[in-house]
Amino acid sequence: MAQFNYVAPSSVDEAISALASAPTARVLAGGTDLIVQMKAGRVRPATVVDVKRVPGAVGIQKAADGGYVIGAATSGAVLGEHATLPRDWPGVVEAANLIGSTQVQGRASLGGNLCNASPAADSVPGLIAARAVCVIVGPAGRREAPVETIQVSPGRTSLQPGEFVLEFRLPPRPKRASDAYLRLIPRTEMDIAVVGAGVSLALGDDGKIAEAHVSLGAVAPTSLLVGPAGAALVGGKLDEASLAALDAAARAACNPIDDKRGTIDYRTKIAGVLARRVATIAYARAEAR
Amino acid sequence: MTDVLDRQQTETHFATVGTRPIRPDGVDKVTGRAAFGADFVMPGMIWGRILRSPYAHARILGIDTRKALALPGVKAVVTGADFPDLASEIIEGGEAASNSRDMAVNVIARDKALYEGHAVAAVAAISPAVAEAALELIEVSYEPLAHVIDVEAAMAPDAPLLHSHIFTEGLEERPKLPSNIARKHQFVRGDVDAALAAAEVRVEGRYTTKAVHQGYIEPHACVASMSEDGQGHVWCSSQGHFMVRSYCAKVLGVEISNIKVTPAEIGGGFGGKTTIYLEPIALALSRIADAPVKLVMTRDEVFRATGPTSGGVIEVKLGAKKDGTITAAEVELKFQAGAFPGSPVGTACMTALACYDIPNFRIVGWDVVTNSPKTAAYRAPGAPISAFGVECALDELAQKLGMDPVDLRDKNGARDGVKAAYGPTFQNIAFLDTLARIRQHPNYHVPLKANQGRGVAAGFWFNVGGESTGAVRVSDDGTLTVATGNPDIGGSRAGMAMMAAEVFGVPVDNVRVTVPDTQSIGYSMLTGGSRTTFAVGMAVVRASEKVVADLKKRAAGIWQVAEDQVAWKNGEAICLDPAKADAKPLTLKGLAAQSGRTGGPIQAEVSLNAQGAGPGFAVHSCDVEVDPETGHVTVLRYTAAQDVGRAIHPSYVEGQLQGGAAQGVGWALNEEYIFDAEGRMENAGFLDYRVPVASDLPMIDTVLIETAPNPRHPFGAKGVGEAPIVPPLAAVANAVSAAIGVRMTDLPLSPPKIRAALDAKKA
Amino acid sequence: MKLHVSTTVNGDAAEFLTDPGTTLLDALRDELGLTGSKEGCGSGDCGACSVIVDGRLVCSCLMLAAEAEGKRIETIEGLARHGELHPIQQKFLEHAALQCGFCTPGLIVASKALLDANPDPTEEEARYWLAGNLCRCTGYDKVIRAVLDAAAELRQERRVA
Repeated sequence: MAQFNYVAPSSVDEAISALASAPTARVLAGGTDLIVQMKAGRVRPATVVDVKRVPGAVGIQKAADGGYVIGAATSGAVLGEHATLPRDWPGVVEAANLIGSTQVQGRASLGGNLCNASPAADSVPGLIAARAVCVIVGPAGRREAPVETIQVSPGRTSLQPGEFVLEFRLPPRPKRASDAYLRLIPRTEMDIAVVGAGVSLALGDDGKIAEAHVSLGAVAPTSLLVGPAGAALVGGKLDEASLAALDAAARAACNPIDDKRGTIDYRTKIAGVLARRVATIAYARAEAR
Repeated sequence: MTDVLDRQQTETHFATVGTRPIRPDGVDKVTGRAAFGADFVMPGMIWGRILRSPYAHARILGIDTRKALALPGVKAVVTGADFPDLASEIIEGGEAASNSRDMAVNVIARDKALYEGHAVAAVAAISPAVAEAALELIEVSYEPLAHVIDVEAAMAPDAPLLHSHIFTEGLEERPKLPSNIARKHQFVRGDVDAALAAAEVRVEGRYTTKAVHQGYIEPHACVASMSEDGQGHVWCSSQGHFMVRSYCAKVLGVEISNIKVTPAEIGGGFGGKTTIYLEPIALALSRIADAPVKLVMTRDEVFRATGPTSGGVIEVKLGAKKDGTITAAEVELKFQAGAFPGSPVGTACMTALACYDIPNFRIVGWDVVTNSPKTAAYRAPGAPISAFGVECALDELAQKLGMDPVDLRDKNGARDGVKAAYGPTFQNIAFLDTLARIRQHPNYHVPLKANQGRGVAAGFWFNVGGESTGAVRVSDDGTLTVATGNPDIGGSRAGMAMMAAEVFGVPVDNVRVTVPDTQSIGYSMLTGGSRTTFAVGMAVVRASEKVVADLKKRAAGIWQVAEDQVAWKNGEAICLDPAKADAKPLTLKGLAAQSGRTGGPIQAEVSLNAQGAGPGFAVHSCDVEVDPETGHVTVLRYTAAQDVGRAIHPSYVEGQLQGGAAQGVGWALNEEYIFDAEGRMENAGFLDYRVPVASDLPMIDTVLIETAPNPRHPFGAKGVGEAPIVPPLAAVANAVSAAIGVRMTDLPLSPPKIRAALDAKKA
Repeated sequence: MKLHVSTTVNGDAAEFLTDPGTTLLDALRDELGLTGSKEGCGSGDCGACSVIVDGRLVCSCLMLAAEAEGKRIETIEGLARHGELHPIQQKFLEHAALQCGFCTPGLIVASKALLDANPDPTEEEARYWLAGNLCRCTGYDKVIRAVLDAAAELRQERRVA
């Protein structure tokens, strides 16, 4: 690894000034992407800012509105062990928990997964479908932004110099609402998603889908919020027609590439398959709540 | 020497052979004490790094090392110019013969870089960080050349030429022009064309595989010291430290007497550590730097620069009678050799039809150089590739005939007295028993559900013997130390201890096993070819018998009786002379304690060249389920049966079957070298080079067939390590083909390919 | 500039100086001489470098040594105590769950973390937990059997205790 300056600030302000000190500075959360990239020489930051000692960056709080505030550097393992989060947001948690191995789960975080800006990041479609919001801190203060606005292209984010994601906010979860995430990988573990799909939905009193959000990963330069796919689900119970419409809408949203992990044709078809399957899981979970 | 050859025929119960003791090196390996290649450190040691070609094919116009040498802390820089130019010469020593010039040029490039990852220069510096920084200061001027990696593209007359000195060998006439085709292999019997024409049923198919890596978890590593008097010492993990010694001497142009190699524990090899990469470079750096040099590969380097096995094309035609008798087989194999000649296509040809008795055949193999890493041996080199084609074609033939695939193989299966396609006549083989045990296994009768399929395939490996040394020493306390010249790659020390314990009639816990350096034990060929338990084990048994004979002689002296009046049983000398009825048995411990008075230390070292390893036959069955929407394959059940002669330590024999099966499943489903348009490997890491993980596999059931013990081995052992990787490619492919109703012929059977096949079937 | 790091390794205080770019794995191996943790890939894909940090299983190749400040680290070297192997180590030996032994320290550390978190895992749970520990020799069969057998033994020990 090339040489760099390591700092582990204990306040937001110190972290911001360290990040702003060098244009190549990078945030270190779990390091499961950053350290790999630094070893390979793909990134050579002058400064690495370990944010795990910054108040709020690690940990899970229940918000006043009944939602959650999740520190962006909280590890996947901590998310999975939380008393209520996996029950309220099973899709968000299962998406985060699919990143890498048990060992990687000991370190990898939602913030890192998002800001690494891989189109195949597993937790991002889960967060987007959940309508999660990032709390961003930086030289200009604190702002909030929907998760789907952060990735702009592979490896690039909309964060400004000196900014970093401190927290994620998840909305309160009514009864009869749930979410799910599925991905396709060639093995059973340890792979990057060929396609990922997250669905979050809420049922009305009549048992019909009142609200639905669908997000796809690895089928475009960034994770997608697919409005028409969500719309295809709303207003009915999950039936063959709405699933077919969902499948078609998911496929229509795809703009993938051919690469070592999958072909355009395959990714597009699988996006439809996974959207159907994941909607079915989310629906069943919502009904059971 | 008298009774040993007969032992296995008369005895079926052994005290130690066939039991499952804890291996002698086990505790060190579960506690982290065991020292592998990268764990070794030397006082004053410095760190080396290697600069590798970013081009798949390029002329090296010049290398400027001045800036690197000027970096503070850099102690040495070497390039190809620092190594002697060698004549083309075949050298023995590895699992297969190697060409010394090719090996030297593969270690470090001279005028051309022949694949991405080819070493072009190396540095040694006071820290890994300085060495890494120095690499970036070496300026190499390249002229990129057109490259070729696909085997058939490389065979084309207008293909980019890797070497101007390769004129295809094995043709009736030497070609006038050089090409990438290094050699044609051919094995013919009978009149295959006529037999195919006359066949009542015919199948033919074209099968393809990609290059795959051995995938050992330990990257190559060594520490080397070359002192000012020209004496070199290497500590490294390899499959044979004598191999490292002779190859390093060759590449450096020094006498082998100037090089000593101490083996480290080896973290997996599977054939991939039967050659050298780092060691001569480390020695050359050390010679300049006046300090020991440590070189450790990254995983990326392991993939880009060390031996995968070939990707290949296998074309098969089979002809048969309606009753299932196979009358004709034609097999043509085209193998990527990588940057230098020497793919395993020869052994692929020899093994292709070895399981069967077929009167008419023609097997042709082409060894083709390509701009990819030079292939290295990989577990039963070549055999899995040819078996993939042949065993899939057999599956198709069975379908066409309406026969059970095991029955078809049984009808045509090799048995004692059959002359193998590659020459010898089989004796003491149990292929038919192996087939029968797969047929009887409960797994073969589990009803299949929708989208599930069952596949069967067989495989053959010769197994080899060869030059081996074993030494046995008796310590004063009566314990034994066994030394061999063979690195233990999978538990062989347990087998050595057990065989010695069996001969002495002592508990296996009384035996220590060590693998000393090249100056402290007689020469041994490397650990490969499934030869160690057989051949090295035979040397250990012979040495043990010599020591027992010596002990009996000493006991006779103590008792003052004739030597033939002493028997050895259960670790004791027993006096048979009725005149000495009161002579109490002399234990090994007692005799050891008196050794000073009876002739001095007790030990023997035996070197031999073992012959008659006894071939291995494996039959596997595999059940899979295919997700029809995604093409994802789940392996549901896997059964591996094998003719093992006799299992010395059954757990480690089972482990060989299970490990070979798992590697084969990976080869079948997900593993492949992926190259971009410029010939650069795109998946040089364990993230995208997808070896099976624990959750990918079911338990792997094993059946050890012991109905045909090897008469050439004291306890009946045959080699077992390689045969188990031969059947899985076809077993998995046959199962997937059955599950989806489409014949799958192109490995790996990744989900996109299967989904595409299903879509094509629907359309 | 070197950083000074104070940690606890296998119960003992450990201090070392490190470059910011040094991983915890390199610090354990090169600074502290604990070579039981292995580097198989350097990218978190093989698990041979598995260690437990503040009770959490991680790849030490994907953690900077500097991040270990104030942490409790457990490595393979700390498992055997008072001359006795940990039951997982013993079961690996009894089941012949290793061949070359290179992945073994990582597998054993990961298995310990599994059984600390889940004393009675199913075969499937064990396989998924250990999916980040590559083994190329064994096909995992005997590894999984050893882990499940160790789990049973540890449950038994707890009942007796």
